[in-house]
Amino acid sequence: MLVTDERVERTLGALAVAVLVLVCLLVVAVLVKAWPSFSYNGLRWFGAGGEVDTQLRAMREGTPLPGHGLLYFRAWPLVWGTALTTVLAVALALITSTLAAIFLTEFAPARVRSVLDPIIRLLAGVPSVVYGLIGILAIAPWINAHLLDNGRKQSVAYVVQLNGANLMTATLILTVMITPIMVAISANALEAVPPAWREGSAALGVNRWRTIWRVSLRTARPAIAAATVLATARALGEAVMLAMVSGGRAFAANPLDGLTFLFEPVRPMAAQIFQESEGLTIGPLGHTIYALGAVLLVSAVMLSLAGWAAKQSMKRYGIRA
Amino acid sequence: MAVGAATRGAMPPLSHPRRASVRSWPFVDRAAYVLCWVTGIGLSLITAGIVLFMLLKGVSYLQLGQFIHSPSPSLHQTQSGGFSDPIVGTLLVTAIGIVIAAPLGVAIAAWLSEYGRPAGLARAVESALEMLAGVPSVVLAIFGLLIFAQGFLAFMSQRAFNGTVTGQSFITAGIVMSLLALPLVVAAAREALAQLPDRLREASYALGKTRATTIWRVLLPSIRPSIASGVVLGMGRIIGDTAIITLILGATLKNEPATGTPILGTLTGTGSTLTSYVFNNSPAGEGNSHEKAYAAAFVLLMIVLALNALVTLLASGRPQRERKLRQRALALVPWTR
Repeated sequence: MLVTDERVERTLGALAVAVLVLVCLLVVAVLVKAWPSFSYNGLRWFGAGGEVDTQLRAMREGTPLPGHGLLYFRAWPLVWGTALTTVLAVALALITSTLAAIFLTEFAPARVRSVLDPIIRLLAGVPSVVYGLIGILAIAPWINAHLLDNGRKQSVAYVVQLNGANLMTATLILTVMITPIMVAISANALEAVPPAWREGSAALGVNRWRTIWRVSLRTARPAIAAATVLATARALGEAVMLAMVSGGRAFAANPLDGLTFLFEPVRPMAAQIFQESEGLTIGPLGHTIYALGAVLLVSAVMLSLAGWAAKQSMKRYGIRA
Repeated sequence: MAVGAATRGAMPPLSHPRRASVRSWPFVDRAAYVLCWVTGIGLSLITAGIVLFMLLKGVSYLQLGQFIHSPSPSLHQTQSGGFSDPIVGTLLVTAIGIVIAAPLGVAIAAWLSEYGRPAGLARAVESALEMLAGVPSVVLAIFGLLIFAQGFLAFMSQRAFNGTVTGQSFITAGIVMSLLALPLVVAAAREALAQLPDRLREASYALGKTRATTIWRVLLPSIRPSIASGVVLGMGRIIGDTAIITLILGATLKNEPATGTPILGTLTGTGSTLTSYVFNNSPAGEGNSHEKAYAAAFVLLMIVLALNALVTLLASGRPQRERKLRQRALALVPWTR
């Protein structure tokens, strides 16, 4: 009897360790494959310089750019694009989701809530390609027709062409994509706030909103932080939707252009990997794509560390979310 | 929710109706209150907009024939066929992914929560899973291509004309997809195992059952609904993913078997799923036929909707669990069987 129990323990443990090894292999394999690109370009890999599209075409065709090797690559427009879409979308989603979660848990009538709860869960599960399709067929043309006038297009015509697929479209759709997860987690946490804490606040004559703001939200803050980390991971890794709506050119949108900034095309790293999928077997191009993947992977690892840290303080309050 | 209802009654002083109390708030607080309502209602409107828009497009472009016809290369909407191959592809990839992820996920969850020795190793596995959940699927896809393009794994995919292994096939795509679903299954099963009362385990041990038997006969059967909802969540993730399909399944127009062997040929061949079909028929892809893309996206959305309903159904079965647990504990005692 005991022998079988030990054998079961060992088998299950082996399976778990196999997954651990696989994840280590994932990190190592991607980093090794990416190394040539990083070692050729050094830290300037992250810097600006030249057109990403031209550099990638040179790798694809095997004809190096004058004065540079085949591995020459400056990823700044892609890194900037990822940072812009992720940060803007997460910031927007953080505000929206917090307000929506308060609405759901505190103000919404029970009947409204019973309708909204499953809808939010549905929204969180909609495949990103569906969001991309709506974006590219409905929202981008609408923005192109109604929000973009010729004057704006002319003002930057010598640098970049503007159309409906741009930073604003990408950010807005990304926000809609990540908000539901955040609402779900935040609402859960708001509900888990011990009622006595809020009653204590109410008993001191603090009004309802201030109680929510000072007591409930503060208690739920670690959960909201964890939700933000999760949403950031999703925004960072979103490839398909962003490849569809973020514009046809790897351009580093320039905040100095004022409002036009919002209408400039961007291309995040994940979208670039997705679009370059045919070129993975071409030596230098493959290394470059894996280098983009490595940057995403390292960011994801750091995010999961941040998520772990957020959960630690959640445990202190004894809140499960 | 019961908690919320209780406090809602207790919070404002009973003599004031709620509306009057809002009116007495300072301006900033009232503004925030209004903002909450606006956001909540705005979000509902956006959701309703998305669902209605897809419903409208889906109903106007979906034809029953599209479920049986294969896609064919044509610029004319009338001749470019339907999406029978992508539907088969979606089913195949989901099936392969879940067949791997479900047992593996449950096994790992059982090890983590019931054995978990040495503790350091368990912690490492936990964080590995957490990391895996955060890895973008497009990175998983390029990792998969790297692994399955190795010569000794050629039997899972096919060789190109120049002898290199493509690494692209239903099997390889399914295996990579299982990594996407694995963290969800583990999390669901673990959470449920942690919530099971210890007396259940103790009762089983007291009857002389080993830990392995306890897991297999007592614990796993009692967390079946949670495992099921984890599995369904994983399925949703697999069905919705496009990056892995495009990179590892090839996103070809039709499912192209690698060899003439009936089932094995398809499994080692390339193909497409509904997500890659939608992408390829959008203006971003090569096909560019809106109507087909909308129709397929509608079908995709309906599948997700059905899976969602399934999760809700599974989750609502919880209240009966306590009774079932008791029955199961009694069934362990030989003379009550």
